[in-house]
Amino acid sequence: MNFWLVLSVNSVTFGGMLFLLSAGFSLIFGLMRIPNLTHGSLFMLGAYFGATFIVGVLGVSMDFWAAALLATLAVALLGALIERLLLRRLPGDALAQVLVTLGLSFMAADFCLMVWGGDPINVETPAGLGGFTRLGPAAFPNYRLAIIVIAVIFAVGLWLLLDRTRLGAMIRAGVDDPDMARVVGIRVPRLFTIVFALGAGLAAFAGIIGGPILSVYPGLDQDMLPLALVVVILGGTGSLLGSFVGSIIVGFIYNFGQALLPELAYFVLFLPMLLVLVFRPQGLFGRHVP
Amino acid sequence: MSALTVTGLSKSFGGLRVTRGVDLNVEPGERRLIIGPNGAGKTTLFNLITGELTPDSGTVSLFGQNITRVASRRRAHLGMARTYQIITLFGRDTIVHNVRLALLGLSPARWNPFTNLRRHGHFTDRGREALDRVGLGHIADRPLAQTSYGERRRVEIAMALAQNPKLLLLDEPFAGLSIDERRDVQKLLLAIPRDVTIVMIEHNMDVALEFAERITLLHFGEVIVEGNRAEVVADPRTREVYLGH
Amino acid sequence: MNGRNIALGVAAIALVAVPYWMPGVYYVNVSSQILFYAIFALGLNILVGYGGLVSLGHAGLFGITAYAAAYVLQSGYNHTEAIFAALAVGAVSTAVFAALALRATGIGFIMITLALGQIIWGLAYRWISVTHGDNGINVKTRPAPFGLDLGSAVTFYYATLVVFAICVVAVMIFVRSPFGAALMGARDQPRRMNALGYHVWAIRFWACMFSGLLTSIAAILFVYYTQFISPQTLALTSSAEVLLMVISGGAGTLLGPIVGAALVVTVKSVVSGFLERWNFLLGAIFVTIVILMPEGLVPGSARLWRLACAKLRAPVKPAVTEAKP
Repeated sequence: MNFWLVLSVNSVTFGGMLFLLSAGFSLIFGLMRIPNLTHGSLFMLGAYFGATFIVGVLGVSMDFWAAALLATLAVALLGALIERLLLRRLPGDALAQVLVTLGLSFMAADFCLMVWGGDPINVETPAGLGGFTRLGPAAFPNYRLAIIVIAVIFAVGLWLLLDRTRLGAMIRAGVDDPDMARVVGIRVPRLFTIVFALGAGLAAFAGIIGGPILSVYPGLDQDMLPLALVVVILGGTGSLLGSFVGSIIVGFIYNFGQALLPELAYFVLFLPMLLVLVFRPQGLFGRHVP
Repeated sequence: MSALTVTGLSKSFGGLRVTRGVDLNVEPGERRLIIGPNGAGKTTLFNLITGELTPDSGTVSLFGQNITRVASRRRAHLGMARTYQIITLFGRDTIVHNVRLALLGLSPARWNPFTNLRRHGHFTDRGREALDRVGLGHIADRPLAQTSYGERRRVEIAMALAQNPKLLLLDEPFAGLSIDERRDVQKLLLAIPRDVTIVMIEHNMDVALEFAERITLLHFGEVIVEGNRAEVVADPRTREVYLGH
Repeated sequence: MNGRNIALGVAAIALVAVPYWMPGVYYVNVSSQILFYAIFALGLNILVGYGGLVSLGHAGLFGITAYAAAYVLQSGYNHTEAIFAALAVGAVSTAVFAALALRATGIGFIMITLALGQIIWGLAYRWISVTHGDNGINVKTRPAPFGLDLGSAVTFYYATLVVFAICVVAVMIFVRSPFGAALMGARDQPRRMNALGYHVWAIRFWACMFSGLLTSIAAILFVYYTQFISPQTLALTSSAEVLLMVISGGAGTLLGPIVGAALVVTVKSVVSGFLERWNFLLGAIFVTIVILMPEGLVPGSARLWRLACAKLRAPVKPAVTEAKP
C-alpha cells in the first residue's frame, strides 16, 4: 500500500514537471504547427544553466530560485533568437522548421558536452524544501510536493494568461485560425516569437526544477523530448487542459511502467501515443489535427 | 438512360447543411450549367458527384449505374473527369507530362515499377494529340512553370479530355481568364463532341449562358430553379436569389 | 559525352579503385560505410524525396532488421538463413509501419514514424531477454559467399560496392518507371491524382515497401560490417542522421542521398578524429543547408554552377552614353 502511494505521488510530481515542459511544447505546436524538436534541449540547457548559476559564475553564486529565474530568462531569450533569426526565415514551411529544430538539438547536445563535460551534475534541493512530510504511513519528500504546487500555480497562471489577457486571446486566435488572425490584424510573426520564447522559458524552468530529482546529464534532452511529445499528442496540441491531463497520465504510465513492466516500459509509454495518432489524431482535448 | 442522375443528395458539415436534397438529371450529350451565388454549394455538389465527399444521404448514378458507394479513384475509370476551380496541376513537370499522368491514371501500366516511362511512347503521343486539340501542341515540352494562367486552364481541359470521359465536370473553367483567353476556351468547349456530357459551374454569365442548354440554379444547397435559358432568366426566383429578398 | 556523364564515369572508376588510392585500410572501411549508408539514404529518399513523406523512424526499420539477423545468427543458424530471416522481418515490419503511418500525411506522418521508431528503440533497449539491452548482440563471423572471405576489408568493400551498384540501378529504374511517376504525382497533387484514377494510399504503401527493402539491405550490410548491434543504432539521433543525409545531399535526386551519406559519414569518421564534437558540426551543417540551400547540396551546387557559367558567358555591358541635350 505504501509502495503504491509513494509511486502515485511520484507520478503526480513527475506529471507536474512534465506539464511545465509540455505546456510550452503544446503552445508552440498549436500556434506554429510544428513539433519543436529542440524542446528537450531547451529543458536540458535550463537545467545546466541553473545548476551553473547555483554553483556560481564569475564568483557570484545564487540561491536556487534566483538561479532558476535567470536560467529561465536566458533560455527564453535564446528561444526568441532561434525563432526570430532562424525559423522566421522559413515562413509557412513547417517541414523545414522541424528540420531546423532537429539540427539545433544536435548542436545543443554537443554544446552542453563541450561546456559541462560528460559527468552528471547533482542539483541540491533548495533550502527549506528538504526533509519529509508524513502523510499517514508514508513520508513524502517536501520538494516533490512543492513541485506539484508549483505546477498547479503555473497551470492556473497560464490559464489566466490565455483566458484573461489580450496576449492570450491572440494566442488562442492564432491556434484556432492563423490566417483569420492575420486578417483581423494580429501580428502573427511577433506572436510566434513571443510564444516560442515563452515555451522555451517554461521548458528551461522545468529543467532546473527537475534538477534535484533527475540531476543534469548528457542525454537528458533525449529522455525528455519523447515524453513531451507523448503528453501533447495524448492531450491534444494547443490545449492547456490537454497538456495538464496528459502530463498526469504520462507521469503515471512512466512511473508505474518502470516499476511494474521494466522490459516494456517504453512500449507502454509510446503505444497510447501511437494509438491516439492513428485513431484520434486531435488527442483528448486538441483543437486541430497535427 | 440519363448520363447523370442525382437523387436526394444531402451533406452537412457539423451543423451546417451544405447540400439539401438535391435532385439532378442530365441527359447524354447535354450541356448543363450550374449557377448560384457564392456559398450556394456548387463545388460541394461536384465533390459529392466525384466521390471526394461522401454524402449523408442520397444517390449518384452514372449512365444507370449506382456509384454512390464507389470510391472516388474508381470514378475516373467509369468515365468521369473533372477540372478544379483552383488550378491543381503538376508544377514541377512539363505540360506533356501533366497530360501523360492523366492518361497513365487509366492504364494498368501505372503499377509498373520496372520499365522506363518513356518506352511507353503511346502516352506521349496521345498526350501531344490532346494538347493539339486545345491549341497547346507547339509548347508541349515547355515546363508548366513557364506557362500563363490561360494556358494552364487549357492544359487542365486537355487532361480531362485525354481521359475520353463520358461525363465532364468543369468547375469555373473561365475563372481568371482574359477576354481572349475566354474566347479560346469557349471555342474549345463548343468543339467537344456530343458523346461527352458536360456539366459546368460558372459565375461568368455571358460566356456560360451562351454555352448552356439547361440551367440549374442552386442556393443554400437547394435547387431553386431549373430549366432552359429563357425559363431560368425569366423566373422571378432567379432575381430573388441574386438580388436579395 | 557531356560534363555530367564524364564526372559520373570518373566517380565510378574512383569507386572501383578505392583500395588503391585510399591511404589505408581505415579509409577503405569508411568507404564501405559510406556505401551502405548511401543505400539506407536512397531507401529513405524514396519516401522523403519522391513520395513527399518525411519519416523520423527509419532507424527503427534499419535496426529491427539488423537485430533479426544478429539474433538468428546467435541462435545457431547459418548466414543464408539469417539474411532471409532479416529480409522477412524487415518486410513485415515495413508493412506494419506503413499501414500505421499512412493514416496521416505531413507532420502527422512524421509524428507517427517518430513514435514507431521510439517504440522499437524502447523494445531494443528494455527487452533484455531478447536483445541483451545495452550490451547488444555480437555477430561472430561475416559470410563467405562463393568462398570469398568478407572478413578482409577490401573484399568486404567490393561486396558492398556490388550491392550498392545494384541498388542504385534499382532506384534509377524505379524513379523512371510509370510507378515512379505516379508516386511523384501523388507527392505533388494527391487530390488530383485520386481524381485521375490513381490509388494514392496503395502507391505510397508500395513505395514504403521498396524503401523498407533498401533499408533492410543496408541494415544487413551494416550488421556484418560492425559485427555488432545495439540500441544506439535505433535511437532518434540515428533516424535524424539518415534524414540529414537525404536532405543535405538533395531529396528527390538520385545523387543527393549518396553525397549526403558521404558527407555525414566523413564528418562522423574522419572529422571526429580532429574534432571531438562533430555532432555540433553536423547540426550546424544541417541548419545551414535547410536555410540557405534547402534543395540540398547536389541541386544547389548545380544551380550555383549554372549561375557561375552564365555569368562567365554574359556579354560585356556597353558603356552608358548620355543623351545629347
